Amino acid sequence: MSAVTLKNCGLVPLAALEILDFCAFAAALRQEVDAQGRIAALFAAPAGEQFDLFALIARDWQGQLALLRSRVGARYPSLTPELPQVHLFEREIAEQYGLVPEGHPWFKPLRFHPSWTGRDAWGRDPRRHPLVGEMDYYRVAGEEVHEVAVGPVHAGIIEPGHFRFQCHGEQVLHLEISLGYQHRAIEAQLPSAHPLARVQRLEAAAGDTSIGHATAYALVCEALGATLAPPRAQTIRALALELERLANHVGDIGGLATDVGFLPTASFCGRIRGDYLNLGAEICGSRFGRGLVRPGGVAFDVEAPRAEKMLERLDSMARDTQGALEIFFDSPSVLARLEGTGRVRVEDAEALGLVGVAARACGLAVDARLHHPQGAYVDTFDHVVIEESGDVFARARVRRREITDSLAWVRRALRDLPGGELRRRVAPPAAESLAVALVEGWRGELVHLALTDARGHLSRYKIVDPSFRNWSGLALALRGEQISDFPLCNKSFNLSYCGFDL
Amino acid sequence: MIAHLLLHLLVLLLFAPLLPGVIARTKARFAGRQGPPLLQPYYDLLRLWRKGFVLSRTTTWVFSAGPVVGLVVPLLAALLLPFGALSAPLSFEGDLILFVYLFALARFFTAAAALDTGSSFEGMGAAREVTFSCLAEPTLMFALLVLAKLSGGLSLQTLFGAHLPAAWGSGAGPALGLILVCLFVVLLVENSRIPFDDPNTHLELTMIHEVMVLDHSGPAFGMILYGAALKLMVLGSLLVRLALPWNSGFWLFDLLIYLGGLLLLAVLIGVVESVMARLRLVRVPQVLIGTSLVSVFALVLVLR
Repeated sequence: MSAVTLKNCGLVPLAALEILDFCAFAAALRQEVDAQGRIAALFAAPAGEQFDLFALIARDWQGQLALLRSRVGARYPSLTPELPQVHLFEREIAEQYGLVPEGHPWFKPLRFHPSWTGRDAWGRDPRRHPLVGEMDYYRVAGEEVHEVAVGPVHAGIIEPGHFRFQCHGEQVLHLEISLGYQHRAIEAQLPSAHPLARVQRLEAAAGDTSIGHATAYALVCEALGATLAPPRAQTIRALALELERLANHVGDIGGLATDVGFLPTASFCGRIRGDYLNLGAEICGSRFGRGLVRPGGVAFDVEAPRAEKMLERLDSMARDTQGALEIFFDSPSVLARLEGTGRVRVEDAEALGLVGVAARACGLAVDARLHHPQGAYVDTFDHVVIEESGDVFARARVRRREITDSLAWVRRALRDLPGGELRRRVAPPAAESLAVALVEGWRGELVHLALTDARGHLSRYKIVDPSFRNWSGLALALRGEQISDFPLCNKSFNLSYCGFDL
Repeated sequence: MIAHLLLHLLVLLLFAPLLPGVIARTKARFAGRQGPPLLQPYYDLLRLWRKGFVLSRTTTWVFSAGPVVGLVVPLLAALLLPFGALSAPLSFEGDLILFVYLFALARFFTAAAALDTGSSFEGMGAAREVTFSCLAEPTLMFALLVLAKLSGGLSLQTLFGAHLPAAWGSGAGPALGLILVCLFVVLLVENSRIPFDDPNTHLELTMIHEVMVLDHSGPAFGMILYGAALKLMVLGSLLVRLALPWNSGFWLFDLLIYLGGLLLLAVLIGVVESVMARLRLVRVPQVLIGTSLVSVFALVLVLR
């Protein structure tokens, strides 16, 4: 095998990564997927006139990651027909560098930004900025078939995205999701950004996952500098990450309650979510955890009296949360609405490479805290929550059970915080290397990869947000469903638009 | 006669917007919130009345006719209906058919106005509204037939006459109980309340009634809201009279019983909305067919 294996938060010198011939690369990738590997990232980086293709494979049950590298010219045979989980990655590469994956069955732009190389994969005018959403949509023709277009401007205060439904009466035959309205070119800007400004950009990559993205970035920096954050900092990071999970999961269940018109839980959860955010603000002053996680450690401490106070507040919050969740899951009218709605089959979830809550609700045990633990999760996380029905109910229940688990974890961590320093100086990054970090954010697995050049400067930074993987899952969940169930299914995934658009 | 008619309309026009206010307050209390003032719907109407119109270029007069008809129809229908023990200003044999189809007329115009915008959302809403109303109509008709059989007349005035307390006590009590439930379901469906529709949602794809009026603005939207409140009061009157059928003989006292009954009904709607989630859209027709069958059964009970 020509793949280089490593652990989460590992570093590989580029020289150790053999440049495979594309056929060998494709064959190795297929072999990995056949052996239950998951493609966690596929991305390109310029290498002279040509481009390097990197694939990161997560071998979950061995707790290992594997890297493959190949070099291609302007065109290469698409991997999507055999490995559907790379379909978006190939479109992304095409949009960024103008590389054409020949034979891609669904070859369209993703975010509608001009190519970084001035070479356009679709032959559009490179001087003109593409119009967001300008592409051919899949259409179903026939009597009584109609098309419903929703967005990019929505009725609620949410992010912009365009949804096209092909409907037969009330039944959805096909849903196509077109995003890109929030594209801020984060990936393109990171290498040239000032090192101190990078973490702020990443905290804003998906505003509800600031801790997650900042932690992943910090881990990548630490891997490049071969420095380990002190144990106390690692625990505070994980603590904040779990609080982020709690706030968002509680908020999501409140959102589901709103969408089914179930008032009590909707209003309680709205308030309790605020309580969890405020608890996060207790640590660092920001309700969304901005400014807490920094490369080398954390910027704020949780002193003993503060931990005491937080534990006290957690007690009453846990009671409220419990109450709000119980009336929701004990109401027959709510369950009738959730069960059997928006089902994703486990085979589809696996083929598309879904991650996070959406994958676990289909019965896939995908959780980076278990398989690729880092920092404070090592040896403290042994329990992945899975449900099998793959419907809205399963996604709600995964959240409910994770809320219980996270509460227990946070309490334990607050009770015995390790002592010691908060932050260490990170050594200068290694030259010509590739570093990887996987973090289980509340929505799912966040993958960050960084490449450095000969002087140790960042030359390419790759972010894979769970939303990038899971939007296709939502489209699939809607097949054959009632169009009136779309808002509920959408809320049960609750994906980020800007996390996808970056 | 004229004074009676004016008083009847005045009670309706002044009292109706209070009902949505009571529902909103009840829901807020259940959710642990303070809630908007009880008179908020009046302020909303005033605010909307002062605003300007925005009319899409693709619409025609049909679009503007929707809100107007929606406001006038409950007023006309109210004239045929006794408010509690207060007699109806207009009454003739067979006016119950007119009563039912006046609302069908309003629905026709609302749906036509929605289709006139050419929006796919509003078309979808119109299709849903028409389907569900078709299914709610038999329930209402059979319920009125039960009352007609018991009273021996065919005008709403006789249907909801002074014989009701005796009818409750007689063998017809169970049948009246059944149609009370059926009429409550019809009330919830016709006024787009949870569990059939969610009047507070912002999700166009799940809406039934609300989506049809998305394009209306300013005074036209005010008319729609006012029309909806009037409709709630008119249809609610059927239930209140059926549940509280006493005649005290003194008009002011009768009026108070009637208005008190309406407030109780509004609270009840608020409670239902607070403790139930919305039904899946595909379940709504099943429930309506169920209530139709129940009302047929009530009819069988009184025909026996």
